This record gives sequence, C-alpha cells and structure tokens, in this order.
Amino acid sequence: MATKVRIPAPLRKLTKDQAVVDSNGHTIQEILSELEKNYPGIKERICDETGQVRRFINIFVNGEDIRFKEGIQTKVGSDAEVSIIPAIAGG
Amino acid sequence: MKKIKALKCKECGQESPPIAKHVCEFCFGPLEVVYDYEWISSVISKEKIASRPHNLWRYWELLPVEGQQVLSLNEGFTPFWKSRNLGKFLGLKNLYIKNDAVNPTFSFKDRVVSVALTRSRELGFDVVACASTGNLAGAVAAYGAVGCFKTFVFIPADLEMGKVVGAGVYDPIIVGIKGNYDEVNRLCAEVADIFHWAFVNVNIRPYYAEGSKTLGFEVAEQLGWRAPDHVVVPVASGSLLTKIYKGMSEFHQLGLIPELHTKISAAQAQGCAPVVTAIKEHSEIIKPVIPKTIAKSIAIGNPADGYYAVKTVEKTHGVGEWATDEEIIEGIRLLAKTEGVFTETAGGTTIAVLKKLKESGKIASDETVVAFITGNGFKTQESVQDHISKPYIIEPRLNEFRELYESLVKSKQVEEHNFLKNPAYQIK
Repeated sequence: MATKVRIPAPLRKLTKDQAVVDSNGHTIQEILSELEKNYPGIKERICDETGQVRRFINIFVNGEDIRFKEGIQTKVGSDAEVSIIPAIAGG
Repeated sequence: MKKIKALKCKECGQESPPIAKHVCEFCFGPLEVVYDYEWISSVISKEKIASRPHNLWRYWELLPVEGQQVLSLNEGFTPFWKSRNLGKFLGLKNLYIKNDAVNPTFSFKDRVVSVALTRSRELGFDVVACASTGNLAGAVAAYGAVGCFKTFVFIPADLEMGKVVGAGVYDPIIVGIKGNYDEVNRLCAEVADIFHWAFVNVNIRPYYAEGSKTLGFEVAEQLGWRAPDHVVVPVASGSLLTKIYKGMSEFHQLGLIPELHTKISAAQAQGCAPVVTAIKEHSEIIKPVIPKTIAKSIAIGNPADGYYAVKTVEKTHGVGEWATDEEIIEGIRLLAKTEGVFTETAGGTTIAVLKKLKESGKIASDETVVAFITGNGFKTQESVQDHISKPYIIEPRLNEFRELYESLVKSKQVEEHNFLKNPAYQIK
C-alpha cells in the first residue's frame, strides 16, 4: 500500500492538479525521491541545495512535524499520511 | 487609482496580483503588500491624519484596502501615556505604556481583523475564518457578526474560558481542536486549501498582518511625531513585532517622523521561546518547540514570522528575553498595581521582560521606552486568580468589621498593602 501525500496548492501544477498523490518509501527522504521520479521538479521546490526541507515548508507525518522527529530521515509507515504544508500561516 | 500594486514575495521578490493568497508560488516565501508609495506620499500629511477620527483608519492611505467603506468598530488609537509609577519603580525616566487591551474586543487583534475583513469583503468573500489562540477568535467573531459574514473560528479546545465566552457571545461557529495552537494552525492551512473562505491569518494574511503597523504609527504620532528609543513587544508568530517596525519605517520613509533609531526587543514566555532562543543563539534557524506556558495567547511553537522577527531585532540592535510563568504573573500584578492596567499573560510577559532588560542594563534609564500591552486580563483570570488579593468574608455586622480591621492593623497589612509605599520595595 502506498503512502498518501497531500500536495499544497502551489505545487499542484506539477502533480497535474492532484491534491493527494501516492508515493512509496520508508523515510521522508525516500518518499520525496519517489515523488521526484513521478513529478519531475517537485523535489527542488521542497528541498534546498543541501537536501534540507526549505525554511517556509513544514512536513507532517500523521500530523506530527518531522522536525520533532528525525527530519527527512523520519520513518514513514505504508499507511501513513504525509502532508506538505506552507509554513507561513497563523498568529 | 489603486494604491495596492501587487503582492510580492519577501524571499524571491516574485510579484503576483493582490488576491487572497499568502504564499509565493515559487519558493513558499511569505507575500507582502506592495503599495504605490509615490501616490501615498503625495496625499498623506500629519495634518490630514490628525484631523481624522480617533481610530486606526486615520492611516487609511497606508492600509491594504482600496475602498473608503471600511468595517470598523472604532478600533485603535488606544490610550498611551507616560508611566505614572512603573517607570519610577523600574528606574526608567521615560517609560510609556501603550494600552491596546481596551480595543472593542479587548486585544490588538481588532486592528488586524478590521483590515482583514474589510479586504475580504473587497475580494468578494462571505465566509471568514481564523486559527486562534483566543484573542483573534473574539475579534473575528465580533467583526464577522457586524459585517454579516458567516464566521468559523478554530481554537485549541483547552483555551481559557474567558476567551471562549468572548468569542461565543457573537455566535460564530466555534471549532475546538484537541491539540495545541500549532496543530490548529496546521489544520486551518489544510482547510483553507480546500474551502474557499477568507482565513484571516492564512490566505488573507498579507493584508491582515498590515493592520499591526498601526501600533507603530500610533506610538509615533502619540509621542509627538517621533520614534521611541526602544520598544518591548510580545512575540507569538512574530508578525506584530515586524509590523510595528514596518509602521515606524513607513512613517520615516514618508517624512512623517524625522528619524528612526528604535531598538525593537522581543518578549516571550520561557516555556515557548523559539524566537528569543534564536536571537540569543544568533541563529537563523527557528527551532520549533512544543509550548509549555500559562501564556497561551503567545504560545506558538512554530512561528510563521519567527525568522523575520529575529532579523528585525538584530537589525535594530534590540534584544530577546524570556520570562518564566512566575515572572509573567508578577508582571501582570506589577502593571496592575503601578499603572492600573489589568493585562493578560502576554502583557505580563512584556512587563517581566522590560524589568529584566532594565536590570541587566540592556535598556538605559533615560531611554524613551514603550511597553506594548496587547491583551486584557479579564480574559485570562485563571492565570492569576490564585496569586492575588482575596476578599475577607464577614457577616454584615459592624463589630465583625472592627475585629477584622484590628487584626489587619496588628498584622501590619493595612500600612503595607500598597506596595509602592511598602518599604520592602525600593523605588529607584
């Protein structure tokens, strides 16, 4: 079973307007690499040159911020839900 | 004539049309309103501003709306005065208090909401919503009701009762989330992505945040059209701090104040201090935290404008300091007893940090300092109720009062109850 990844509006041009796509991988890093294979160009929008998630993007696994876990090495179960969400909101 | 030219990404500079959108399509950076300053400078003047009603719309030219029909409950132009006792107590000769706790719904959030809902109406929305730590919920609920919007407010389910009631009275739909504010915020970002509503602090955020500039405008105007030397601002998302500075910068740029040298200092609760930690560590990275503090109104562990707040503090040579929950409660009591203002925990944080900065020499005794009090203590009574004076309960009989009075005199509580006269407190 593939992991469901929620794609934010600014990236949906790359996913042919799909708000949720499937991806496979045991970690966020693997999930992002698989996304890149299916939707070329998406990874550089999410990660900077060093491979770290960009300052203004938050990634959540089942609602938990990966920065409270192991960052992009955070493990992802096959039934997990991954959300990529712009960081600029609230307050 | 349109004064809003575009929305521009603060990071990559990419411009887009001024619609309901808060994030850059390209780099996810925050969008900011671009004004036609040439036009603004040709029409604005001190005299014009001073001739207008005492609310924040006196600065209409510098706010991100196009029409004159604004949704106002007379927010802003709140009291500002030279400290009566607190300055003396702390050893500050020129301390000023900006009391934004007396806005229509008793916090500075009325500023941002008045602007956000006016703009939302211009953009054609009939549903408004927000993610709130409490104060914003009340403001959106009130302005939403008066503006005849359908209103949804999302709050953490464990909010202080005063804030839940303070929103509920306006009859919005209140959604209590089993989680902290950061989780409410994440959910709202997802909801806003699907439901085409005006989320004031999500897709309307570039306009909303501009409302906070008016605190900078007002302080400069109320000081007699000049900038203070130093200000202390409570920090949650970091937006208020950056916009107070932006307001003063715009006044300077337009020649409404002669010069700008203001140091902007940030106050947070120790149990939720991602911005102050980054300032202290000289780090560009804001490490999110899981909040653990009584100061719920500023308990944002993952602050959207944290990065820009740090940059503003550094640029202006301000400092960052935190206060423990005990110090926050003491700050609330101190402001009440010295200036007569009952503030909530965010204000207690500001006062506690102000005291620490004076004690550590980061604020000099002759600086013109402004403490921003952004919310009202009647909404967060839980935080202080066990730390303040309680009634002595007696029967309605004169002799009972005599007995009580004599016991109070004996225990010296009558002479010492006013702490400013209490010799234990050294007034500097």
